[in-house]
Amino acid sequence: MASWGEARDSRLIGQRIPRLSGADKVTGKAKYTFDVNQPGMLYGRILGSPVTHAEITAINLSEAEALPGVKAAIPLIEPGKRVRYQGQEIAAVAAETDDIAKDAIRLIRFDYEELPYVVDVEEAMTEDAPQLHEDRPGNQSKPGIDERGDIEAGFAEAAKVVEATYHAPVQTHVSLETHGHVAAWDGDNLTVWASTQAVFGTRRDLAQHFNLPEDKVRVITEHMGGGFGSKFGPGVEGRAAAELARKAEAPVKLMVTRKDEHLVSGNRPSMTQHVRAGATKDGRLIAYDLRGYGTGGISGGAGFTGPYVYHVPNVRTEKFAVSINAGNARAMRAPGHPQGAFGMDSLMDELAEQLGMDALEFRRINSDSQPRRNEIRQTEYTLGAREIGWHRRNKVPGAGRGVKKRGIGMGCGQWGGGGGKGTQARVTIHADGTVEAVTGTQDLGTGIRTVIAIIVAEELGLRPQDITVKIGDSAPGLASGGSGGSQTIGSVTPVIKTAAIAAKQKLFEHIAPQWGVEPEALRAASGKLYLASDRTKTISWKEATGHLGMETISEGGYWDEELRIGDVAGVQFAEVEVDTETGVVKPIKIVAVQDCGMVVNRLTTESQINGGVIMGLSYALLEDRVMDAQTGKMINPNMSDYKVAGTMEIPEIKAIALDTGRKVTGIGEPPTIPTAGAIANAVYNAIGVRIRELPITPDKVLSALAEKGKA
Amino acid sequence: MPSKVHVQTTINGEEVEFLCEPRQSLLEVLRDVLYLTGSKEGCNNGNCGACSVILDGRLVNSCLVLGAEIEGKSVETVEGLAEPDKLHPIQDAFLENAALQCGICTPGFIVAAKALLDKNPNPTEHEIRYWLAGNLCRCTGYDKIVRAVQDAAQIMSSEVSA
Ligand code: FES
Ligand code: FES
Repeated sequence: MASWGEARDSRLIGQRIPRLSGADKVTGKAKYTFDVNQPGMLYGRILGSPVTHAEITAINLSEAEALPGVKAAIPLIEPGKRVRYQGQEIAAVAAETDDIAKDAIRLIRFDYEELPYVVDVEEAMTEDAPQLHEDRPGNQSKPGIDERGDIEAGFAEAAKVVEATYHAPVQTHVSLETHGHVAAWDGDNLTVWASTQAVFGTRRDLAQHFNLPEDKVRVITEHMGGGFGSKFGPGVEGRAAAELARKAEAPVKLMVTRKDEHLVSGNRPSMTQHVRAGATKDGRLIAYDLRGYGTGGISGGAGFTGPYVYHVPNVRTEKFAVSINAGNARAMRAPGHPQGAFGMDSLMDELAEQLGMDALEFRRINSDSQPRRNEIRQTEYTLGAREIGWHRRNKVPGAGRGVKKRGIGMGCGQWGGGGGKGTQARVTIHADGTVEAVTGTQDLGTGIRTVIAIIVAEELGLRPQDITVKIGDSAPGLASGGSGGSQTIGSVTPVIKTAAIAAKQKLFEHIAPQWGVEPEALRAASGKLYLASDRTKTISWKEATGHLGMETISEGGYWDEELRIGDVAGVQFAEVEVDTETGVVKPIKIVAVQDCGMVVNRLTTESQINGGVIMGLSYALLEDRVMDAQTGKMINPNMSDYKVAGTMEIPEIKAIALDTGRKVTGIGEPPTIPTAGAIANAVYNAIGVRIRELPITPDKVLSALAEKGKA
Repeated sequence: MPSKVHVQTTINGEEVEFLCEPRQSLLEVLRDVLYLTGSKEGCNNGNCGACSVILDGRLVNSCLVLGAEIEGKSVETVEGLAEPDKLHPIQDAFLENAALQCGICTPGFIVAAKALLDKNPNPTEHEIRYWLAGNLCRCTGYDKIVRAVQDAAQIMSSEVSA
């Protein structure tokens, strides 16, 4: 069984190491899918439905095909079928330039019969709403019901009960690089550059689509511009790119437009929850009753967590998804958690206030449902409270003087992220001393490329830059799973580590006989091999590998589950300033304390925490997919009206990456979970009025203050 | 099809000639005609700043400028910043501060920061944030970007005075 060793013995693990691909990225050399150019390459475009709900009766591509410069056009829906949301793919073209492709899209003729639509969740649940599915009466999926304990007895025991409705909007991913592919055929071999979180998943999908053996399809993702859960397969657009390329007999680049990205490429479902919960006089959660729903678009699910984090003995929950005529949900950074956490954290604060307890104290009393997490969480409370200055919060919410009022709040999260079996990797040592680590994972910007180099370098006693990391390519045939669920580090690094151990062992076996010792007597550090019992007996790395002669060492690894752990806890604290005249909420400081298992690269770990916090902040204060009930269209499918946080919205962020042991874990998702709840609670602490609906925009703040004024 | 426009211009200090369609944006010309793909497309309508370039000393979104408009002008893109074996101090500072993750917004930020420091070598934190408000990043949380620009400003002004 392998181990990461003690922290004090690590030279690299836990340090701050700039990412290996950084120089390529800051100079513009790094090639993303969007940047791939191939000889004779054509530009693809998709015609998305301009109508919200219709039966397509005919599609005519001949005018588009006749436009000079157009090389291929294909339908993406059969006549007789329905488009069920704005933007749904109807047809695609490939042309010599992007502008010609744009023109060609306008020349595609199609006939349709419009059908009634509904894009508002509450309206979709009414009796008169158009029924969008035969098996979802009232546009509602069969509810998932969870019952434990005795809910009535629980409420009977409760000293205080809070009843509230919380709501969070649909959020879209807004990866800076949209979905897209470049597809090129060579005979019946297909090469696809893909902006994807799943190189091997994309290969499988395309192989199946074209009925090819998987090794005839190569998928490459050298660099990619963000995915956040939305990019797990080629999708309609990737298959269309490959179809067009085959038809035109030329490579095709097809990138989704920013508008279509908002409409069709996934989103986080909305959440509405009606919840009633009770606590005993001494502050224990005792009963929790929830009815909740959200929309995941036309047929997507809308699950969310609740109750969350804290143990509640008596629970009844009923959750379902509501169909509307809008693009489907996809996994989005910690699916279900940020919305659930916002509800739970708001509820916790409301209950604490009813009980006359401090919100932090109330959380301490109610332990996490999992013992390891609970222990870590208690530490996180202490660290975070100290860092934010919890004692400074308003004892009486809204008590601050002046126009601009400050408040402090907190929120909690939990996540899995332990990884799993299924990654193949090789570590290769060449006679010239070069080292390669190869596996089929992909780097979405998380930093896994650098992490792999750190781990191999640590084991072999080299520097990270000495290791050539080859990832993001299916050609070597070393499969790895998609990068989602914060599973990458837990899935990949145990295999890399054991492969590096095996490769090192092989090298030791070469050198040891020459020294007349057993391989176990050797060590590797600082670019040398040496004798454990006599550190003066050394041989440089290069000299040692030189002894391999014509040989190459190439070793695989195995997934040693002792090297990783899941189930992490996170706590965040927020301080905000609310302008009671304009209603603007300005975040001042956010403290994110995150259980990180064993931090491999502190620099990139903190970056991930920062990034998660900002996405959470953006969710709390700005983001909202706005649908127009009359036209059935999204009003803000761009990057100016769909607001994501920019430099002006950013507070000081204190990321505390907590080392909680010697096992790796993924933290791409957990830091985005607690932020919205922490901010909502801080707003309440500042102004003394609770806003139960995200995003907390100035209009909501002002009307809440006006309501309070009236009371 | 409309006939192509002949354009003579300077890009990153070098004289360049190209043919483009009258309606092609500068971003398209850079990326699809000249294969300078360092300038990125995030939105193609002026909202994200990924396509930032410096045109005659002014920071612009190249997706909002026509290729034909740069006749006789001078354009700086991210490709022009580093010397053959030495990164520009802003690029160094982005690396050191880990001011990038996926990195697709990074060239835009770096070019925007360059335009700022060309004008104002010692910006306050607020000035940096204000200046960079037109550049969006979905990964980093901006904090480290702002710090990188602060660091770069310091290093560059000490280089000048040294
Ligand atoms: S691509 Fe030009 S501003 Fe977004
Ligand atoms: S680093 Fe990914 S968008 Fe900025």
